[in-house]
Amino acid sequence: MYDVADVRAQFPILSREINGKPLVYLDNGASAQKPQVVLDAITRGYAEEYSNVHRGLHTLSSISTERYEGTRDVVRRFLNAPSQDEIVFNTGTTEGINMIAYGWAMPRMEPGDEIVLSIMEHHANIVPWHFLRERQGVKIKWVDVDAKGDLDPQAVIDAIGPKTKLVAVTHMSNVLGTVVDVKAICEGAREKGVPVLVDGSQAAVHMPVDVQEIGCDFYAITGHKLYGPSGSGAIFVKKARMAEMRPFMGGGDMIDQVTRDTVTWNAPPMKFEAGTPSIVSTIGMGVALDWMLELGLDNIAAHERRLRDRAIERFKGLNWLNLQGQSEGKGAIFSFTIEGGAHAHDISTVLDKKGIAVRAGTHCAMPLMEHLGTGATCRASFGLYNTEAEVDRLVEALELCHELFA
Amino acid sequence: MAQAAFEDIADTFEFLDDWEDRYRHVIELGKAMAPLEDALKVPATKVHGCASQVWLVPAPENGTFHFRGDSDAMIVRGLIAVLHALYDGVPVQDVPRIDAGGELARLGLNDHLSAQRSNGLRAMVERIRETAMAAA
Repeated sequence: MYDVADVRAQFPILSREINGKPLVYLDNGASAQKPQVVLDAITRGYAEEYSNVHRGLHTLSSISTERYEGTRDVVRRFLNAPSQDEIVFNTGTTEGINMIAYGWAMPRMEPGDEIVLSIMEHHANIVPWHFLRERQGVKIKWVDVDAKGDLDPQAVIDAIGPKTKLVAVTHMSNVLGTVVDVKAICEGAREKGVPVLVDGSQAAVHMPVDVQEIGCDFYAITGHKLYGPSGSGAIFVKKARMAEMRPFMGGGDMIDQVTRDTVTWNAPPMKFEAGTPSIVSTIGMGVALDWMLELGLDNIAAHERRLRDRAIERFKGLNWLNLQGQSEGKGAIFSFTIEGGAHAHDISTVLDKKGIAVRAGTHCAMPLMEHLGTGATCRASFGLYNTEAEVDRLVEALELCHELFA
Repeated sequence: MAQAAFEDIADTFEFLDDWEDRYRHVIELGKAMAPLEDALKVPATKVHGCASQVWLVPAPENGTFHFRGDSDAMIVRGLIAVLHALYDGVPVQDVPRIDAGGELARLGLNDHLSAQRSNGLRAMVERIRETAMAAA
């Protein structure tokens, strides 16, 4: 039995008030709050166990290296990757996808080669490919979503042509909550010999992920959305792709030998982690993922499905609410506007007064917003500590917005 | 004491003690303000640094500051109406002396002028001051 009160009690920030009202935190899509175990790990990491990793022979260095490297196995378990050597740490999905763009894609793309993207990608999975378009003449092929916000996997597969070198697609839309059938996309792409990168920034937070079952070549996650510290993240890179990938950044730790005229690399995954990493943040991410695994990824997903269903049920009563994304198995992410003159910023300003934190804007997904024909929207994104009562608080506050801005 | 138009608003606000009523009144002030014609909503009049859109058309005339403004967000539009009451009709040389933050604080609305709020009002006040100083 999932005890949400017990879960909430582990997040100190959730007991604070905003504008005199108990905080209702519905901006999890942007970043999640941290449980006490993560806060403790950060404090312990600096107060008792801090040192640089991989370098020293002294006790503290061994402890921090053990904790840091131990996190690799936590991420491996979290994603069910075959080997922890296929896990590369970084500061989050943005860096992860840039690592792949610079390290894997850039050296093998010729002018006219193509990358297939869905229209609902986050800018982190768009702009690195624009670099390749601008600098190397790579063509971006976009695959649209349908009116409900669903992405047809076959449409993605059909977009793969003889010049396509990579498919890069989200596992869950940060705007619509749509879950993408990445397994089907990977199957189809594999038949055509094209690797697939999956942006798991949102999906990994809300559902169990198995990279072997999906069959992807790259899978990116970001620690701060996974109830871990900001400045942490990881990518799973299939061994064969990793062998093809060159380092994105050069510096200490990623080398074997450096002379005046030559340099040889450390073994992967360290080859891709130049310089002193986000040691404590990475360790904190491991603690967060372990904590989630203990809570049970299926239990978390079931709890969030209840929140989603409650929200859908309550939103039905608001006939002036324009909801974007009606995908059947969507996550508890709701992007909306209100009929009448209210701007998304008006709505979020009033919700803030009611203690409710939502995002307002274009959600780092401008091509999708253009496709939907909408400007800024509000987004309420739920997490594992939200409650059905908070759904009701949101609805109540939206009713006030409707009245204020009518 | 600010000019009469603003003092009228301040008087009304004295009777509004909860934020809902203050916001309601701000929204009303915005609705009562004449909207800017689309032809004037151009890049040159757009105030940058804001997530909702804000336009400012300054029109100082014979040493007196005038402006028109608009926004696609209703609360921001209302706040522009408040700024209008504060600045419009003021001698250009007096414009830089007006403490917009302090005056809005009297209405309990000063948090909208903080640097962290990307609503464009702060940038708008900056542009009002710059235009007035250039005209002085």
